[in-house]
Amino acid sequence: MSDPTHLSLAEARDALKSKQLSAVELAQAHIDAISKSRALNCFITETPEFALAQAQESDARIARGDARPLEGLPLGIKDLYCSKGVRTTAGSRILDDFTPTYESTVSANLLRDGAATLGKLNLDEFAMGSSNETSAFGPVVSPWRRAADPDAKIVPGGSSGGSSSAVAARLCLGATATDTGGSIRQPAAFTGTVGIKPTYGRCSRWGIVAFASSLDQAGPITRTVRDAAIMLRSMAGHDPKDTTSVDAPVPDYEAAVGASVKGRRIGVPKEYRIDGMSAEIAALWDRGAAWLKDAGAEIVEISLPHTRYALPTYYIIAPAEASSNLARYDGVRYGCREQGRDVSEMYEKTRAAGFGPEVRRRIMIGTYVLSAGYYDAYYVRAQKVRSLIKRDFDEAFASGVDAVLTPATPSTAFAQGEKGSADPVEMYLNDVFTVTVNMAGLPGVAVPGGLAANGLPLGLQLIGKAFDEETLFSLAAAIERAAPKIELPQPWWREG
Amino acid sequence: MSVDSATVRRIAHLSRIAIEDSEVERLRGELNAILAFVETLSEVDVEGVEPLTSALPMQMKKRADVVTDGGIADEILANAPLREDHYFVVPKVIE
Repeated sequence: MSDPTHLSLAEARDALKSKQLSAVELAQAHIDAISKSRALNCFITETPEFALAQAQESDARIARGDARPLEGLPLGIKDLYCSKGVRTTAGSRILDDFTPTYESTVSANLLRDGAATLGKLNLDEFAMGSSNETSAFGPVVSPWRRAADPDAKIVPGGSSGGSSSAVAARLCLGATATDTGGSIRQPAAFTGTVGIKPTYGRCSRWGIVAFASSLDQAGPITRTVRDAAIMLRSMAGHDPKDTTSVDAPVPDYEAAVGASVKGRRIGVPKEYRIDGMSAEIAALWDRGAAWLKDAGAEIVEISLPHTRYALPTYYIIAPAEASSNLARYDGVRYGCREQGRDVSEMYEKTRAAGFGPEVRRRIMIGTYVLSAGYYDAYYVRAQKVRSLIKRDFDEAFASGVDAVLTPATPSTAFAQGEKGSADPVEMYLNDVFTVTVNMAGLPGVAVPGGLAANGLPLGLQLIGKAFDEETLFSLAAAIERAAPKIELPQPWWREG
Repeated sequence: MSVDSATVRRIAHLSRIAIEDSEVERLRGELNAILAFVETLSEVDVEGVEPLTSALPMQMKKRADVVTDGGIADEILANAPLREDHYFVVPKVIE
């Protein structure tokens, strides 16, 4: 078989099943691709021996007709998921060489279903960032380049930048990611890949390093909608160790791919047509609506009046929760430690040395909005506005809309160093279309919609009702069928 | 609302993050930029609105109050920067 890294996850699954390809060959092809692609800086830790050992077991299982749903499929794991016996960093120096003695529930689910894990993928530090530039392990480079400016290093989005870049560069068939304000969907949109953030509670958060616990959700990034459906089915499910995980059956999401979208009502929220929206993004959005209409869906204008307050609300709630969650990094139980005269100075020096600037900034904002005298004015008010944002969606769905269509991001990917260096808020605006979904706990998927004039991918977002990921997979597949086929970049970055 | 340099120092201490004097002015600017950005929430009418504390309406699940694991002190201490027997070691807390 010609280069097996060019197969989709579903195609690789079928090739393994029909024995056109062995799991060891498939794993080795990806290991070779990774070893030649270090210029992209996608992986923090590579685990080739582990992947090959898993692949050998997969070949044995396939031979005796005992294949599991993801048997022998090589995946990457965002380095926010704890991996038993493998260094886990969260993209931060503060965890030092932390090596969990346990496996996160979601990655354990993937292993249970037969996946081969190739290693731990780079990310923004503690998943705080939109460009993968805050990682203590250096920025990830996207395989995509601007047509007119091929030397500029393009960001893969964030925080799941290692995941999106590795999937787009064909270093793994799919990758786990996490999304607190857009960290699955924005990197997917920036790299021409598919990323779904499922409903809050669909996947267990246990063993995933916490950022903002009321917003964090796990999900996959893949090259096709079908692949995302296959991966999510394995990742999702109830976990007694996460009280917010939902005890409900996991549907066969793959069956929803290809289902008719005839008669579906798709809401187009007028508030998303923000001031200064580029003509290119507006045209993409119109094309997305036209594709769904051609597939038999009905497009209706809706109103989500509190949209413009979502990002400011997020920048109170997420840092508040982060400041609490990150209090555990104190140089006592794990990670690095700086010496101090007393325990307090030890904490302060350890945290100053271990956290990067963006994480320090968010902890400080979170501490401030939770501090005595400001709690009601900031934090409680933000929680009330969050209720209003959620109510907007509830009312839209109650009016008979099945899903909402928006652009995924306000622009294409940018180059390293281009955004946020003077004003942190400039970087935050990347999440303006995605963050509402986390606020309301809803599922959202980013799906490629073609290329912009600069040669970089553009993504559309579909937002669904709680626990109705199936409708999103059907609609995303309809867009995937209608949109211009994206040719992933040729491997200009490979060495040797 | 905006913060002054004394407040920046106070927040840093509450956050248990050491900061250099030379950092205070820059941090003040960055924190104030974020606070100015979120200031827009003050214009929202939230009269009578309940704060959202759970992303989805759900009952907190409870399990039987029984021991479910334990006896893994070695695992718990495995990543400690400094340990002695089954204890985490920290600098002296009380003189």
